[in-house]
Amino acid sequence: MGPIMKVTAQPADTTLTLLLDGELDASSAVVLDTELNKPELLKYKKVLIDCQRLSYISSAGLGVFISHLQRLQDSNVKLVFFNMQEKVFNVFEILGLDSLMTIVPTEQAALAA
Amino acid sequence: MQDRIRISCSRQNLQKVRDFVRDFLLSADRSDLVVNQVVLAVDEVVANFIIHANGEDTTQFLELLLVLAGPNLDIEIEDYGSTLFLPAGKVANPDMRAYIQQGRKGGMGMALVSRIMDQVEFFERNSHTVCHLSKVLG
Repeated sequence: MGPIMKVTAQPADTTLTLLLDGELDASSAVVLDTELNKPELLKYKKVLIDCQRLSYISSAGLGVFISHLQRLQDSNVKLVFFNMQEKVFNVFEILGLDSLMTIVPTEQAALAA
Repeated sequence: MQDRIRISCSRQNLQKVRDFVRDFLLSADRSDLVVNQVVLAVDEVVANFIIHANGEDTTQFLELLLVLAGPNLDIEIEDYGSTLFLPAGKVANPDMRAYIQQGRKGGMGMALVSRIMDQVEFFERNSHTVCHLSKVLG
């Protein structure tokens, strides 16, 4: 069985986009955690999370984002989610994270956020 | 309709569990949103059993039973491991703002379960821990 989560990093000038492909659960969340732990992340003004191919997230995945959010904010790095599927957004909503995190519909909106 | 599955306590089996629950509910023609919520609730409980109750001991196993009668969904997750795991008074309303400030990684799973399912019970049966979840599907 292949990996259930793949993270592809697309660096630009002041923005890093992370494309999530697959399911974020207790077995795959470590892949995302490794990516967000990279020290070079802090040199960007924005880290955009492209969720178009993110088909599932559990508390393990949410926990990874939650555990890094304050550190990024303290370093003036903005974390923005975009292209989120409705069923994935619903999970953020259940915990009220939609009002605590920046989630926008499109990449354009994410770049402008 | 009903179906059951048995899995060993490896987190690599979480996807198998999700696919099992998803296929069961989609075959009963339930909406994507509701299906995903139930899949998530089961995933959270199963992950807890695998990781916290059994320490990912692959010699231990869990059995899941899904029963759907009309709109009434009942799910039983039985832990055949040797340790009883009865979560006591877990926080149902975590302060997410505080979690973010603390950089906290865990502790949200059961909050999700209790918000998604209509009923959540943990009890002992034949020296095994059983989790019973129920929901009336819209």
